[in-house]
Amino acid sequence: MSNNEYVVQMKGIEKVYSNGVAANQGVDFFVKRGEIHALMGENGAGKSTLMKMLFGMEQPTSGEIIVNGEKVTLTSPTVAISKGIGMVHQHFMLVPSLTVAENMVLGMEPKKGMFIDYKKAVEITEEYAKRFNLHVDANAKVIDIPVGMKQKVEILKALVRGAKILILDEPTAVLTTQETTELFKELIHLKEQGFTIIFISHKLKEIKQITDRLTIMRNGKSMGVYETKDISEQEISRLMVGRDVILTVEKEKAEPSDVVLKVRDLEYTDSWNRKMLDKMSFSVRKGEILGVAGVEGNGQRELVDMLFNLNVPDAGTITVNGQNVIGTPQRKIREMGVSLIPEDRMTYGIASSGSIEENVISDRFDKKKFNKGPLFDMNAIHAESEQLIADYKVLCKNYKQQVGMLSGGNIQKVVVAREFSCNPKLIIADQPTRGIDVGATEFIRKKLVELSREGVAVLLVSADLNEVMELSDSLVVFYNGKIAAYFEDTSVLNDEMMGEYMLGLKKQSDEEIRRVCHE
Amino acid sequence: MLEQIGSMIFQTDFVFSIFRITAPILFAALAAVVAEKAGVTNIGLEGIMLFCALFGTLFAYWTQNWFIGVCSAVVVGVFFALLIGFFALQLNTDIILAGIAVNTMSSGGTIFLLYMFTGERGNTAALTSSKLLIPTVEIPILNKIPILGDILSGHAVLTYVAFIMVFLVWILLYKTAIGLKIRAVGENEHAAESVGVNVRFIKYIALAISGVFCGLGGAFMSMYYSQSFNTGIIAGRGFIALAAQAMGQGEPVGAMFSSLLFGFAQALRTKVSGIQGVSSNLISAMPYLVTIIGMVIYAASTMRKVKRRNADKEKNQ
Repeated sequence: MSNNEYVVQMKGIEKVYSNGVAANQGVDFFVKRGEIHALMGENGAGKSTLMKMLFGMEQPTSGEIIVNGEKVTLTSPTVAISKGIGMVHQHFMLVPSLTVAENMVLGMEPKKGMFIDYKKAVEITEEYAKRFNLHVDANAKVIDIPVGMKQKVEILKALVRGAKILILDEPTAVLTTQETTELFKELIHLKEQGFTIIFISHKLKEIKQITDRLTIMRNGKSMGVYETKDISEQEISRLMVGRDVILTVEKEKAEPSDVVLKVRDLEYTDSWNRKMLDKMSFSVRKGEILGVAGVEGNGQRELVDMLFNLNVPDAGTITVNGQNVIGTPQRKIREMGVSLIPEDRMTYGIASSGSIEENVISDRFDKKKFNKGPLFDMNAIHAESEQLIADYKVLCKNYKQQVGMLSGGNIQKVVVAREFSCNPKLIIADQPTRGIDVGATEFIRKKLVELSREGVAVLLVSADLNEVMELSDSLVVFYNGKIAAYFEDTSVLNDEMMGEYMLGLKKQSDEEIRRVCHE
Repeated sequence: MLEQIGSMIFQTDFVFSIFRITAPILFAALAAVVAEKAGVTNIGLEGIMLFCALFGTLFAYWTQNWFIGVCSAVVVGVFFALLIGFFALQLNTDIILAGIAVNTMSSGGTIFLLYMFTGERGNTAALTSSKLLIPTVEIPILNKIPILGDILSGHAVLTYVAFIMVFLVWILLYKTAIGLKIRAVGENEHAAESVGVNVRFIKYIALAISGVFCGLGGAFMSMYYSQSFNTGIIAGRGFIALAAQAMGQGEPVGAMFSSLLFGFAQALRTKVSGIQGVSSNLISAMPYLVTIIGMVIYAASTMRKVKRRNADKEKNQ
């Protein structure tokens, strides 16, 4: 039987969330005993969902999970642990002020009479650290140790609880190059001792380096299982990045003129000491949509935050029509004609307990038009709200309805109504259609194109390949905090090319990239 | 005038009074420490102590036994602490609001219960006799030593218990499995949950322990300090204890020292208010002024610590 060969068999896994999003659609995932198996895919491909189900954090809507030949129902992480499955989360599950040894034994403390046998805890930690070649300082407080060691503690925690199958969720995302090299040595050491490792990542080089086999996911489906040595990086990138249906947006040719947004030599190192923006420079011109493509986490979020002064760069300049943005209050930035459709609409886009009316006037309530002496001119405000609801086809009872009660698509329409109607010169659209229905998506895309043709400069950041390729007039690809490629004309692009730049297989020359500055 | 104050401070009865005044604050501060370690802010200390103060005297009167009175106060303390827990952990109310509710309920509720059970209005002076109060103990040998004996011997049993508890709470938090779980839950409950710790249960335990200390503190107030119950008896000690917890950096020993500081300020106030020509209003503000100054010092030191820690980290990288 194949039972001996496969330690994990996930068959026909479906996961549909209560909001109707189908994160996994009939996924088969088979892992052999004693291998390092990569689970690859872009953000949102469904790999995290699949692993959460294997670790008991979520339950599949249908499908079966077989571990060591036994059909299991994993209702909680505790159950998964008892079946020998351990997971190292991307965000560490450690208690900072406790020592490494205390974190190790939490929930299974060795005791001497009434008291914790701390000496024993240290012994256990050191014994495991030695056996698995994962060196940690048992007596140090977790708050004081570097990230790489924290990760080792997490791996040891899983091992000490009897894990034979380790799930590592993007383990290298927080590590420096040296730490990554060290981690790989340790993982291979674990493999040699018979442990099975599932390695979630979208970094091609790492995958090629240490995995035996890999499963690629895209849009909630498995794109197949491959022997790592038999598949080329190009092939992986083609399978990972790509569109199932190609969307087309009708738009006239852009006639870009003056530069509106000018970003020069932007640099930013985050609190994990990772360089998120590395000498980034580009310009967005009046009348064009400049798309930003890239796997998430390559500097997009940091860039958008800085364009709206939600974060401050270490170096570099940002100007809008010649006026400085860095350190300028958001109110002033808005007065310069900058609009933002934020990625996190529930936090930065709306006040969910406020009414539609309150939300749409939140950027303009102090205008003369809406005030009569010290009081609001409620009639003018009602009229404005009704107009916007009609113009942007917000499906609601009336302008008094609470925004939080609307559907995702209509909430986004409220955001868009406010951001598009304030006479913007520059629109920053960060994932403008993520997670919303088809109707609203189409509506928002059309509006964006319409506004750009009227002469607004648009910066479109999107992880949706369809959106960013079809909507943009020209496009940049972010990789590792740098621009990897600039395409002046998006019509020449295909998925394969995009994949190669997004995953860092290729990079344009500095001269080619420099063209995006329009100088 | 300063000379006058100086000569008062260096008298044994003044130092003796510091310990007496500190004890109830210390009980409440330990209650705050344990709850806060588990990540629950028990703002209901004040109210719980008031209920405990009432039931301590009542049970002592009914059974004619001070010890049963103290034990009953402890049971009542645990009950109200768990009640806050039930609202906050089971029914998901805001724990601050649940605490405020208990505080508010206590000021009216105790008068009502007192009248219902005994027909007395406002206080229990008529019900208590000296044998129902918490007894004091003379410590042999120690009480023969001059000065030291006068200061340290002859306190109420619970005064000693309060200071012993500092040590026991430290043992509980740092040397036992339950203490480790309490600290883990308070700091990162997801981490605790991910290794199978029952987070809610641990929070209930921490609240129950804080209820025990409220019980002891409440009983101390009505059965020793004021010698009878009245509704103003706790007089903000529950809140001062929260400050002592914060000022003591959430640690039992730290909380003891800040409680002693408050005890000192309060003792000083009692003394100085007797002096001619000193504004009594100004003097009664003293303990609270000490609270504020203490908090400022605490905030400044934490900020420095954070800075140093960050600097160290940068150096390591």
